[in-house]
Amino acid sequence: MKEVRVLSATGMLGSGFKEDTIRRAMELRPHFIGADSGSTDPGPHYLGSGDSMFSSAAYKRDLRLMLLAGRSAKIPVIVGSACTSGSDIHLERLVGIAREIAREEKLSFRLGAIHSEQNKDYLKRKLRDGMIRPLENAPHLDESVIDRSTHIVGMAGAEPFVEALEQGCDVVIAGRSSDTSIFAAVPVMHGINPASAWHAAKIMECGAACMVQRKYPDCNFAIVRDDHFIIDAPNPDFYCDPDSVASHNLYENASPYELIEPSGILDTRQARYEAISDRAVRVSGSTFRKSDQYTIKLEGAELAGYQSIIIGTVRDPLILRQLDPWLTQLLVTAKQRIEGIYGAEIEKKYRLDLRVIGKNATMGSMEPEHQIGHEVGLLFQVTAQTQELATSIMKSVSHIAVHFPIPEWSGLITSIAYPYSPAEIQRGATYRFNMNHVVVPKTPLEMFPIEYSDVRF
Amino acid sequence: MKLWEMTRLIRSKNAGPFELTFDIIFNNTAGYEKVRDARVISTQWVAKTYGVDEALVKVIDYPAAKAIKVTIPRPITSGDVLDSDVYGGQQHGPFVDLEIV
Repeated sequence: MKEVRVLSATGMLGSGFKEDTIRRAMELRPHFIGADSGSTDPGPHYLGSGDSMFSSAAYKRDLRLMLLAGRSAKIPVIVGSACTSGSDIHLERLVGIAREIAREEKLSFRLGAIHSEQNKDYLKRKLRDGMIRPLENAPHLDESVIDRSTHIVGMAGAEPFVEALEQGCDVVIAGRSSDTSIFAAVPVMHGINPASAWHAAKIMECGAACMVQRKYPDCNFAIVRDDHFIIDAPNPDFYCDPDSVASHNLYENASPYELIEPSGILDTRQARYEAISDRAVRVSGSTFRKSDQYTIKLEGAELAGYQSIIIGTVRDPLILRQLDPWLTQLLVTAKQRIEGIYGAEIEKKYRLDLRVIGKNATMGSMEPEHQIGHEVGLLFQVTAQTQELATSIMKSVSHIAVHFPIPEWSGLITSIAYPYSPAEIQRGATYRFNMNHVVVPKTPLEMFPIEYSDVRF
Repeated sequence: MKLWEMTRLIRSKNAGPFELTFDIIFNNTAGYEKVRDARVISTQWVAKTYGVDEALVKVIDYPAAKAIKVTIPRPITSGDVLDSDVYGGQQHGPFVDLEIV
């Protein structure tokens, strides 16, 4: 029976896995080792700035074990969404780490680096041609949004991975790519039924996340065949059951039944999840509908400003009893003082926001509860065009806030507890996601140039 | 009985930076079917509790995992200047103590 054996090293490169688990999994003779390295979960900072969620040391530890295992068994190692956001900076970072490992471990391999960062002129042409469309709850997109983005990436499908592997790559490191493409590429290339390949890929991209209890990040293993696949944890301390594998379709997905990929839609409405032992699950019955149009999802981020913040707390019962009007008046007074220092035109150059911890700081406008307790936290936030301006403004807010009066007390009061000196904390640049759109490329490879190199040590 | 007592997990999470999704995963089929059939978790309840437009609320039954999924648009994009929960992981509170009769 035709089958592809898939080893997922971990749910996110840099989060770790056990050395012992990958060793056990290698004994099951996988056809490749994959790992996703990206996410939009931690917010727009990473795509906006080029920074990564984990340290280079953490990526290196995980990638070293993958490369050593892959080269020793002569199977491909595939990593997608390099270093969190998969822009060119992120890709170069991970490729650099792979080269360092090769030098230190005396490894040789053919490397394919798939670029996902997008050319702004290309995107503007696509926008003018009506070949970019919005997805659910998308912000407005025009050429000025493209211009002011610090980075824009496309989410690669399986095709660029297949191309790199067909060109003889032993190691493929990609910029932003769909999590599932990393794991679907090899099974699809071997002619496995796409329904089975993509559904297995959806489970594998999160490493051991589909286990009943994922005690720590670790490897996962799948045997993918035309009409079903089997998930069997290589770590003896982990197990999955039909519920845990079916539940995984819920995770960070708007619908548990449909997974939209560049080339089509995985539909799991008819999927069956059966236990084949007390630890392994067999999945069958999904379908894959090829889309009429091949589409690539875009992710973009732009600078939203620079921030200074203050964290303080209030315990005085008399202030707490009039908290809302007191805070409203405090903000009005602070804004007047700022205008007094910088002139009326300052209004367009900054914003002052306040979060009340203990009231609605978690859910904001969606919070249905309005009770407060015996103390509240205050988080003042100034966002301005430069860090210097944000901090200068915050220094004035800080002084006004800490002595803001209530009618019941006479004399000068100190109304907020500040845990830090100075009270203000510089947060640096802050970014925002500015796209939730898809592009229609001419070919699946058009947006993803592949750079080949021979690493020899 | 409170909803949490019938479930093994109630969670919220981003479904990408522009949508928020809630998963209510029940302990057993009886509990799942009871809550599903009583329509306690309805588009109306979610819209009223979270202050979002009912037309934008999706409630999806997922018997394969004895789960109900709810998806709503994020009022503020993940990580934007006024966002309060970058991962969207602490938005499920109102579901936890929902009374099931």
